[in-house]
Amino acid sequence: MSDPNLITVAEAPDVSGKSRSLAGDAWLDLRRNKIFWVSAVLVVLILLMALAPSLFTSADPGACALSNKHKGPDGSAFFGYDFQGCDVFARTIYGTRASIEVGVLSTLLAGVLGLVFGLSAGYFGGTTDAVLSRLTDIMLGVPFLLGAVVFSGRLSGSADDGVWAVTLTLGLLTWTSAARVMRSSVIAVKSQDYVAAGRMLGAGPARLMLRHILPNSMASFIVVLTILLGTNIAAEATLSYLGVGLKGDAISWGLQIAEAQDYARIAAHPLIWPSVFLAATVLAFIMLGDAIRDAFDPKLR
Amino acid sequence: MTDMKAQVDVLPGIDPRAPLLQINDLHVEFRTRDGVAKAVNGAGFSLSPGETLAILGESGCGKSVTAQAIMGILESPPGHITSGEIRYRGVDLLKLPEAQRRKVRANRIAMIFQDALSALNPVYTVGFQLAELFRAHRGMSRSDAKARAVDLLDQVRIPSARSRVNDYPHQFSGGMRQRVMIAMALALDPEVLIADEPTTALDVTVQAQIMGLLAELQRQRNMGLILITHDMGVVADVADRISVMYAGRVVEEAPVYDIYARPGHPYTRALLESIPRLDLKGQQLSVIRGLPPALTDVPRGCAFNPRCRYAKDPCRQDPAPPAYAIAPHRTARCHFFREVLGE
Repeated sequence: MSDPNLITVAEAPDVSGKSRSLAGDAWLDLRRNKIFWVSAVLVVLILLMALAPSLFTSADPGACALSNKHKGPDGSAFFGYDFQGCDVFARTIYGTRASIEVGVLSTLLAGVLGLVFGLSAGYFGGTTDAVLSRLTDIMLGVPFLLGAVVFSGRLSGSADDGVWAVTLTLGLLTWTSAARVMRSSVIAVKSQDYVAAGRMLGAGPARLMLRHILPNSMASFIVVLTILLGTNIAAEATLSYLGVGLKGDAISWGLQIAEAQDYARIAAHPLIWPSVFLAATVLAFIMLGDAIRDAFDPKLR
Repeated sequence: MTDMKAQVDVLPGIDPRAPLLQINDLHVEFRTRDGVAKAVNGAGFSLSPGETLAILGESGCGKSVTAQAIMGILESPPGHITSGEIRYRGVDLLKLPEAQRRKVRANRIAMIFQDALSALNPVYTVGFQLAELFRAHRGMSRSDAKARAVDLLDQVRIPSARSRVNDYPHQFSGGMRQRVMIAMALALDPEVLIADEPTTALDVTVQAQIMGLLAELQRQRNMGLILITHDMGVVADVADRISVMYAGRVVEEAPVYDIYARPGHPYTRALLESIPRLDLKGQQLSVIRGLPPALTDVPRGCAFNPRCRYAKDPCRQDPAPPAYAIAPHRTARCHFFREVLGE
């Protein structure tokens, strides 16, 4: 730290202005972070693909000709054709929507459930903690595939493509790890002096939880969620492969990977491209999560 | 300022003529799996505006627990206040509903913690944390609150407060951090300030500065100050009166000069004798034999009797010695205070 009395005009903060908030400072930090920009651009691109696939390809993902079976790239089909003779590029682009929908929404659901359960269990302790923790343990005890088959089967209507059923299933089955991580962070943070100091200064339970405990307990929670996003996108593939996921003529990376894996030794490209997209998506979200987590920790600035 | 203060002056039953703070027969215990630890066993003292009361004792004697009980921030469970009164201007805080109790905190009674780094929220700038207080308690606008925050940092002598206000706690040095903590505690103009070992985590030169600052702010605001410490050196300069605590009881209470000149309790005497002195250089330092009692198993009678050289049979039997008035404004809980005083 330089001499505190030497402040250049550029550094001198405007006292008249508002207090800089945690989010404001985090944004200032993120703006300078290259990893943030790379991952943010990737995420925006992926979201754009999910929202408007026709911007990226003019081909019809449903137009398949068996005569094209396992053909290499040609014309607009940059990634070649799969075993049904469908355009792999078009299907990968169109598959983004279902994969992202399922992945992001189920992770959000798991995040909300994990946050509520973990924060209340950790903060209130005692009986609340005992009840919520046993509930978490029970959910954790449900075998994932068995639970997914049962839930997804019960939840999905006959008419729709199964996106909502899969999203709910994955969200309900995966929030437990997030809740446990949240609970343990909250317990660790709760005993810190600054929480006692907050109470000493007249803060009520809501303020203590949201202002003091939550921001200091987010780090590992965010990491768990970014990992969960990747595994949930992949889990959708597993469920679809087992016939309890997306149905009918739905297109998703998971379905593509599941279908292509039988022919991997004959034609690898229908397997490789959706996998690359899946991996890039997960990586982008993990990097984004990391950058955001770091930005919210002032000590790392 | 007065109109702001008026907002919080809604405490029913407040009596401006009653003592600022009066603690009567406070009992606190911790119910743990290993048994009940009686941390405070009938502590009592009072405090007037502008006065500095030092609570002195070894670690584990219940001085911090007493402070937490006054503040109402005792972790419960396992901590329970089983009996006693904490009267602020005549109002028993222990009988107030939590919502009103919360208004007393920081507005009337505030506290400084030992380690300022862990007592400041690491994810917010100090300015934000200070401004939050004004926004939450006084309903100030963001910019007004920010200006007050700068003003406060100035008052606790933080150089170039205008720019430091945007720094995070970890960017401050130990002494500066403690100043921020003091600013937080004083933000809402409390009448009572409890300082729980405010200088223990600091080095000696900074200790003196912080104590000086506290004394000065106290004078300006005519606050009652409760200084909790185990350091008799710190106490001698600033305190008006001293309460010596042992095993959760106040064993001696006296004006500061009397206690140094003529201690009235064997424990106080032993504490004074164990201070290193320049004129006794080269000689063996006297120590207090034994250890403070486990709070789950406090000795019968006078809790100090196993370590006391004056102890005789009555000391080993319940009830514990009463608070003998050994001189005007002085009490000591020792049957043999006359011998200790050297009469």
